[in-house]
Amino acid sequence: MKILVCLSNVPDTTSKITFTDNNTRFNNTGVQYIINPYDEIALAKAVELAEGGKATVTVIHVGEADAEPTIRKALAVGADEAVRVNAFARDAWFVAHQIAAFAKSQQFDLILTGRESIDYNGVQVQGFLGELLAIPSVSIAKSLQVNGDEITVEREIEGGKEVLSVSLPVVIGTAEGVAEPKIPNMRGIMTARSKPLQVIDAIDVPVLSKIVHYDTPPSRGAVQLISKDDLAQLVNLLHTEAKVI
Amino acid sequence: MSVLVYIEHVDGAFKKSALEAVSFAKAVGTLVNQPVYALSIGEVAQSELEKIGKYGAEKLITVNQAELKQFLNQAYASVIAEVAKSVEAETVVLSNSFSGKGMAPRIAAKLDAALADGAISLPRLSGTAWTIQKTAFSNKAIATEELTGSKRVIALTPNSFEPKEEPTSITIEPYQPSLSPDDLSTVIKDIVRATNQVSLPEAEIVVSAGRGMKGPENWAMVEELARVLGAATACSKPVSDAGWRPHAEHVGQTGLAVTPKLYIAIGISGAIQHLAGVSSSKTIVVINKDPEAPFFKVADYGIVGDAFDVVPQLIEAFKTYKNN
Ligand SMILES: Cc1cc2nc3c(=O)[nH]c(=O)nc-3n(C[C@H](O)[C@H](O)[C@H](O)COP(=O)(O)OP(=O)(O)OC[C@H]3O[C@@H](n4cnc5c(N)ncnc54)[C@H](O)[C@@H]3O)c2cc1C
Repeated sequence: MKILVCLSNVPDTTSKITFTDNNTRFNNTGVQYIINPYDEIALAKAVELAEGGKATVTVIHVGEADAEPTIRKALAVGADEAVRVNAFARDAWFVAHQIAAFAKSQQFDLILTGRESIDYNGVQVQGFLGELLAIPSVSIAKSLQVNGDEITVEREIEGGKEVLSVSLPVVIGTAEGVAEPKIPNMRGIMTARSKPLQVIDAIDVPVLSKIVHYDTPPSRGAVQLISKDDLAQLVNLLHTEAKVI
Repeated sequence: MSVLVYIEHVDGAFKKSALEAVSFAKAVGTLVNQPVYALSIGEVAQSELEKIGKYGAEKLITVNQAELKQFLNQAYASVIAEVAKSVEAETVVLSNSFSGKGMAPRIAAKLDAALADGAISLPRLSGTAWTIQKTAFSNKAIATEELTGSKRVIALTPNSFEPKEEPTSITIEPYQPSLSPDDLSTVIKDIVRATNQVSLPEAEIVVSAGRGMKGPENWAMVEELARVLGAATACSKPVSDAGWRPHAEHVGQTGLAVTPKLYIAIGISGAIQHLAGVSSSKTIVVINKDPEAPFFKVADYGIVGDAFDVVPQLIEAFKTYKNN
């Protein structure tokens, strides 16, 4: 089986989110980047499926050279090879086209993405990829199991879950429950250095949308503290002041 | 030219977020001076279908055939795109639910449309340029996105647009889509849904609890508070990681982002990753025994006290309110 894992490089979850150029661009000064936490789940699952030589794992990242530590980390975790499409990852539409262009020539059986990236929170790449490659896609998987040419997936739905069976090839967006993220060991880190990392050029993709401005959400006023002995007052404020009950 | 809105139902009952989507579509229709058509797929009773007229759609297109009884990502996306083409929709609206998230990019790709996912505001138009707001960086920012091209798919965040009644006389029109076998290749084996629970992504009130609850055996009071308020329950990440609660309840940057009217946080410290997913709630109430807990800094109302002491009393206070 050939598995492709799509990696996004995102600001560490503790990063202060600020913007520059008149609030038109994310300010990445001093920001630490990490593998998108959901992609780590996808990667861990791929490595697990490949144990004992049962599959090969390729990781792909669309982005500039400064993402190479993130890619090397994925190799250290256990991916066999990596591809970087050398371009600024403008948006999900652009990224999905790059990945689809690469995947078309390679016949992957299973393409994994994280359910969403924690920066733009799109949940888009998996669906675009499915459509561009004309294969099924499952957006938010809580577990997945491969049985021959078929895959059984638990998909999250409001208030429950749905169990699906899909035949390969397929694109799946992974969420918690699919696998535990893996931490690279020393041997992994050593071998990662010599694993192939191919850099390829991007294809042209028409622009359909563009973020033109960022705002930070309005801050709340100071908290009103209410005595624990006067909870009726809280109920009253929620009704008359906040008007939420 | 038209605005097409896909309305999602669960077991034949339209979801609240679907009604929000219809009202939103109506507002978009008014902006661009185009009629609003709604689309329902699967089995829905006539009386339920007629409800849609209340929210301003002029026509309801129904697709009801055996293969489409249950939601199938590719098939539903194909049907929506096909209907969008047949009614010359320039704008397709759907709710950014779990199913909506799966379909929206496929529909957009099929229509060569721009995709605005997680929209939280009505679009603004200046000439042919559309801009729309969405949350980014897990609710730490609001991004204004410009949508170019002549078509767009908008996936609306639940609870961000109030459904408004605007009765129109609606005509209901069945439609027979052409489906390819590829669209139907996925097989649903089982659906497990807790029927007595309020769905977390759409809930207007969320009662959430963290490690301060000490252990899963203490969740009865959290559930009771939720029941009294008609709320959904949620939790912090360590709580679901420890298996005290299911993963589906985990809110925050790496869990679900929620936007209820009221978010009640019990025994949750308010770490940055937790806040990311909940800070767009309209009103936040924090119950924590530590007056220095960071959560108080972003709360509207705070109670410093032991949850084991405060929550049972709060349940009583809400019960008294509900009975009056
Ligand atoms: C990459 C990454 C992603 C993350 N994503 C998320 C996420 O999506 N969501 C999330 O929630 N966390 C996330 N976290 C974890 C986050 O950093 C915090 O560790 C977590 O939110 C803390 O959970 P908590 O508030 O329940 O527990 P704690 O931080 O242990 O806080 C417990 C709180 O309960 C209070 N308390 C204790 N006893 C009582 C009592 N009897 N009555 C009242 N109050 C009491 C304490 O004062 C304390 O404030 C993430 C972390 C990382 C590194």
